[in-house]
Amino acid sequence: MSGGTEIPVRVTKVTMVADRIKRFRFERLDGRPMPYFSGGAHVIVSMNDNGHVRRNAYSLMSPPYDCSAYEISVLHVEDSRGGSSFMHEKVREGDEMRVSHPVNLFHPDWRGRKHLLIAGGIGITPFIAMMEQFSREGAHFELHYAIRTRDRGAYCEDLVASYGPHRVKIYCDAENNRIPVARLVDGQPLGTHLYVCGPTGMIDGVLKAGLEAGWPQQNLHCERFLSTPPGKPFTVKLTRTGKTIHVGHHESMLEAIEAAGVDAPYLCRGGACGQCETRVTACEGKLLHNDIYLSDEEKAAGQKVMLCVSRFEGAALHLDL
Amino acid sequence: MLVEGIKSRPVYRGLTIQPRARRHIFALEGEGAHALLDRKTELDETARSRSEILYLGRGSQGKGHDEALRKLGADMFFTAPTIATLLFRLKGTLATAHMGTRLYIAGTEGFIGQAMIVALDNGMDHASIITEHRGSLARRVQCVHCKGITEDVTHSPFACSHCSLPLLVRDHYSRRLGAFQGVNVDAEEPGSAPDPEELFL
Repeated sequence: MSGGTEIPVRVTKVTMVADRIKRFRFERLDGRPMPYFSGGAHVIVSMNDNGHVRRNAYSLMSPPYDCSAYEISVLHVEDSRGGSSFMHEKVREGDEMRVSHPVNLFHPDWRGRKHLLIAGGIGITPFIAMMEQFSREGAHFELHYAIRTRDRGAYCEDLVASYGPHRVKIYCDAENNRIPVARLVDGQPLGTHLYVCGPTGMIDGVLKAGLEAGWPQQNLHCERFLSTPPGKPFTVKLTRTGKTIHVGHHESMLEAIEAAGVDAPYLCRGGACGQCETRVTACEGKLLHNDIYLSDEEKAAGQKVMLCVSRFEGAALHLDL
Repeated sequence: MLVEGIKSRPVYRGLTIQPRARRHIFALEGEGAHALLDRKTELDETARSRSEILYLGRGSQGKGHDEALRKLGADMFFTAPTIATLLFRLKGTLATAHMGTRLYIAGTEGFIGQAMIVALDNGMDHASIITEHRGSLARRVQCVHCKGITEDVTHSPFACSHCSLPLLVRDHYSRRLGAFQGVNVDAEEPGSAPDPEELFL
């Protein structure tokens, strides 16, 4: 298995936590403890939908030192490619599933003197585990959490109750409250690190505000949940295995390659980690990279592609796989 | 005798004024004054009003730049008689500083390393600190055996100023100590140390 060995688990609890948001609790089938993880980590959940396997990344939100189970929260996305719909409509308590070992691409910088967390909507999940860890370690942190409406905001009351209103601030769109980002990044003590997770527009806005306030990029961190954007179907030829793969409208190249029985490398499945980087041996057409791993120069050179989020439009694409 | 390609060898990329910084702190030692003076055209009115210059005259070419630096018209200017005094002042400045403050360090490697320690202690990320190496190539070296630090080492091997062992100066650098590592060169056969070479002038 390219993404590392998977852990067979049972869904022991499904909880509706807010409008369109469910929490799932996974315990190991063999009764052994789950591996410890660190705040900000995610797992890849494999969903077997009548033989069609989907794999989505979800941030772990249970306490990092609690190895009795893993918990994730899933938003039922409006234009779901299938993953969040499957989790919401098909998964029941008692079901058996598989999750990967945890991977952390959004870990706090522990040298920081203060941690400023900015969450939008379901982007709250990695911060829930992080705050558990900060609080246990006695680290200085502050959460600014933007939600659309009160009934769609998960865990608002719980978080305020756990950490206090001085550390957890909720901003509700429907009540005309916005995170005052420019004011927040101005006047933070030296050694503060900022972390943002939420919709793309919000992440871009927050990072830009940080840079404009003179923050070095080393102190600005983000996690984007990229999913493969749907697009025109295309065909890709794998030169090493000799297979020709058809990638459908709502499918990612990685998913189509896996469905054809080819063991391709992956880790985050969201265009961030670079694990699925693959060499392009021939390309007559246009690569739609979509990832945030390759530099602009590398993207323009067109020699590498990320199987998890990139697409293609044109006559022929050959990959070294 | 230097081993090439050691990754911890620091790279000093040169002073570039960060236009969006809310506060600029320049820690300059000796010839490091030129690193800023050479870029005075980049220091516009806004940048000057947000700047604090800490200067220490040191070395034959590195003294007497006080007037030129003062004339830059920074918000604050401070001359220190010793490295220790400058670092103490830097400590005070950073202790109450905010994000948006950028630190620029220029001078010899030993000075850059020591000012960097102060910055790291105040939670700054080393990669966000802007540095320029000016002046002597002399190194600050830690003896890995007795842990004593010798400043301004120009030869390798050299005798440790604390325990007298002949030390080979490596490119292996410790950011925590702000020093290169010196390793006993004739441990197998005492007295067989090669002649010192003047490598870091």
